[in-house]
Amino acid sequence: MTEGSVRRSPALFAITIAVSVFTVAPMLVSVAAGLVENYSVGARSGYTLRWLDEVWSQYGSTAWHSIALALACVACAVVVGVPCAYALARSRSRAARAFEELITLPVAVPGLATALALILAYGEWRDFRQSFAFVFVGHAVFTLPFMVRTVAAAFAHDDLVALEEAARSLGAGFVQRFLGVLVPAVLPSIVAGALMVFTLSIGEFNLTWMLHTPLTRTLPVGLADSYASARLEIGSAYTLVFFGVVLPALWLMQWLATFFGPRPVRATR
Amino acid sequence: MSGRAATRVEIRACAKTYAGGARALFPTSLVVEPGEVLALLGPSGCGKTTLLRVVAGLVASDPGGSVRFNDDDVTSRPIETRGVGMVFQHYALFPQMTVEGNIGYGLRVRGVSAGDRQRRVGELVDLMRLGGLEQRRPAQLSGGQKQRVALARAVALEPRVLLLDEPLTALDAKLKVALREELAELLRRLSITAIHVTHDQEEAMAIADRLAVMRAGTIVQTGAAEALYRDPADPFVAEFLGRVNRIERTADDKAAGIVRIGSTVLRCPPALAAHRELLARPEDIAVQAAPAGDVEAATVVQRVFLGDRVHLRVQGCAGAPLLVDVASDAAHAVGDRLRLTIDPARLMRAAPQNG
Amino acid sequence: MIAACFAPAAALFAAFWLLPMARLVALPATRGAATYFAVLLEPRYLQSLVQTVALALAVTAASLVLGAAVGLYLGRRRFAGRRLLLAALTMPLAFPGVIVGFFVILIGGRQGPFAALTDELLGTRLTFAYGLFGLFIAYVYFSLPRTIVAFTAAAEAMGEELEDAARSLGASGRWIARDVWLPALAPTAGAAGAILFATAMGAFGTAFTLSSRYEVLPITIYNEFTNYANFALAASLSIALGVITWLALFIARRFGPAEVGAAA
Repeated sequence: MTEGSVRRSPALFAITIAVSVFTVAPMLVSVAAGLVENYSVGARSGYTLRWLDEVWSQYGSTAWHSIALALACVACAVVVGVPCAYALARSRSRAARAFEELITLPVAVPGLATALALILAYGEWRDFRQSFAFVFVGHAVFTLPFMVRTVAAAFAHDDLVALEEAARSLGAGFVQRFLGVLVPAVLPSIVAGALMVFTLSIGEFNLTWMLHTPLTRTLPVGLADSYASARLEIGSAYTLVFFGVVLPALWLMQWLATFFGPRPVRATR
Repeated sequence: MSGRAATRVEIRACAKTYAGGARALFPTSLVVEPGEVLALLGPSGCGKTTLLRVVAGLVASDPGGSVRFNDDDVTSRPIETRGVGMVFQHYALFPQMTVEGNIGYGLRVRGVSAGDRQRRVGELVDLMRLGGLEQRRPAQLSGGQKQRVALARAVALEPRVLLLDEPLTALDAKLKVALREELAELLRRLSITAIHVTHDQEEAMAIADRLAVMRAGTIVQTGAAEALYRDPADPFVAEFLGRVNRIERTADDKAAGIVRIGSTVLRCPPALAAHRELLARPEDIAVQAAPAGDVEAATVVQRVFLGDRVHLRVQGCAGAPLLVDVASDAAHAVGDRLRLTIDPARLMRAAPQNG
Repeated sequence: MIAACFAPAAALFAAFWLLPMARLVALPATRGAATYFAVLLEPRYLQSLVQTVALALAVTAASLVLGAAVGLYLGRRRFAGRRLLLAALTMPLAFPGVIVGFFVILIGGRQGPFAALTDELLGTRLTFAYGLFGLFIAYVYFSLPRTIVAFTAAAEAMGEELEDAARSLGASGRWIARDVWLPALAPTAGAAGAILFATAMGAFGTAFTLSSRYEVLPITIYNEFTNYANFALAASLSIALGVITWLALFIARRFGPAEVGAAA
């Protein structure tokens, strides 16, 4: 299978090596930088965990905030998004198509614009503005389309339409059909969508930076703070925390996803 | 076409083992005579495509194998410089080029001048009856047209050997038959050495001068279609080339030198006397209505009318039901009682030759 | 029943995007209709826009070419560790832009190995993190994973028949690249390229971390809003930026829904 022109192309091989180094090296440097005493001096300055300690005591809460926020987004996306996806898959009206276009607008438009709009609309509402709910709302609106699109595609499958018709012919009511037949059938897509939503929420910065306050910081916001104000070593250690917190969470969710069936994910991520 | 002499293809001990130990092809040797059309026939996974790709130069044989075109050892040469023409199952036409562009591609790569190219492409368009389609893109062509373009493109460079990888498999039944005849005619006209891979035995028999039946990475038998059909070396070959009945002989039968078919007892041909199991083709079995009192007569259990002939399934007292082909106007119905017979010379052995 | 399924999503969307956005869109009008075109009329903003577009185009071009090369290689070869490599190469998709900016500072900044190297070789510490080049490198860093994913899938789907056919006709190297690979990968390049462009145009965190001398539009918007409290102008520029990115994604979908991934 691999005896074609690809094998004969040293250029492709060289580029792949170069790109791999380009991508992986900074991650490794960053991890190392968080563990040395002094970055400019390098490994010779000795290894230490003090930066990690400092980061954890100062910024540790942001990790939990981010995870909680991401999970809340997933919950919201499932509860709000799955019925919406069903409606979109079944509805033939022009209004439905228009709605489908509309809800992807928060994705098409820079997060900055969405954040601005939210601040202008609700900035006066003190309690709301200064709570995590404000950040959550931005995340929810931004991540919803990913869940809706993924699951709507699954709902639209011909065999699912047939399944639903069979259930109806046997007398099943709407809620019965929805919870008992449809949702289990599209579960792999829901899990894939949940994974996407989780990943997007954890890594979201553009929106969050504008919406946050010093008391409602997420991991990326904390990172930006530390990059601006603290030493490189602290920034690196904090980045290490990001890797340590986020990657296992991602891998866990991906493992869960394989559990629920190897349906290919439509949207690339 | 030029009057150049056709190429003799010699394959010596070519094998292919993939990483992980999977053997797609065991050491195989084969000669294709100049101008001959050879069909590699077998079920999927038998190694026929691998063998073709070794001859093409797309796959390198395991060490020890060699491929020769006449006296030229091409084993170490990649396909780009081997001078073969190749036709693929899904046509592999360049979607962004016109029919003309596709046919002339090999000439363009070789640096042939535009004028000469146009002339040659014109010749091929006439040969393959593609007139009027020169400016069309592949997406605008029918399956049959696409395959003709693919053929034209493959022979444009006057290759030494033409290799066809299941070229008709993607077409629907009627088209397959029509194109099959065209292809056979074309190959004859070009008198080019060709190797044709297929899993369809009818196609192989219609197009090729000689067949090589393959199974699990080896060639089981080679020969002309009729020879293989009448005298298969192996039950696998017999069953692959057509429907076949297995006829058991008990120890008593063997001792007595007879073979039973239905209620009829026949003298077993001496050459087959030692065999416990024999094969018989459905069309070789003759039937007639059994007399009323014949207790051992066989009964028709199924009748399928197929237009030009009728398939009967006939159950005797013992053994598996026999398949019998009769003329389409035969009146036998389900439940009729029949007597079967066969010309003993048509019986075939079931065990491999050395068994 | 269908309407009831729509309701929660519609409510969420209306309350927290549609209505606020409508207000945002109406805001520039309070300073006059011309405010909507500030991005074109005001030299400062126009320059920012042009710089952003130029950067986005350059990043898109570079990422497409490199991504295609890697995709062609990884999509058609099988070797031990391939999945691990692909996983590593696509990890940056989960990073916020600020981390990428930080990486560039780590390596190309005043305390980084590049500065140390140039100090040893040339006597002065050189940095590349704070100018256009640093920004460019950072943007390519987060764009590459997306193209690699897209092109690897496309190369896998490309199959080998067409390439075998071209080779049987004597074509090699550049002929194959031009007549087989390019046409086969063009739709993917179009869709991925449009997404890349939109993402690069709207990227904020990376430029923010780098505090680059090269000002891009999202930073301009941020400054107007936070430092100068020019809400109307910030709104106007946001709308302009939003229109451009929306247009790019709209074009991406013309290349076929299967090609379009989720933009982030």
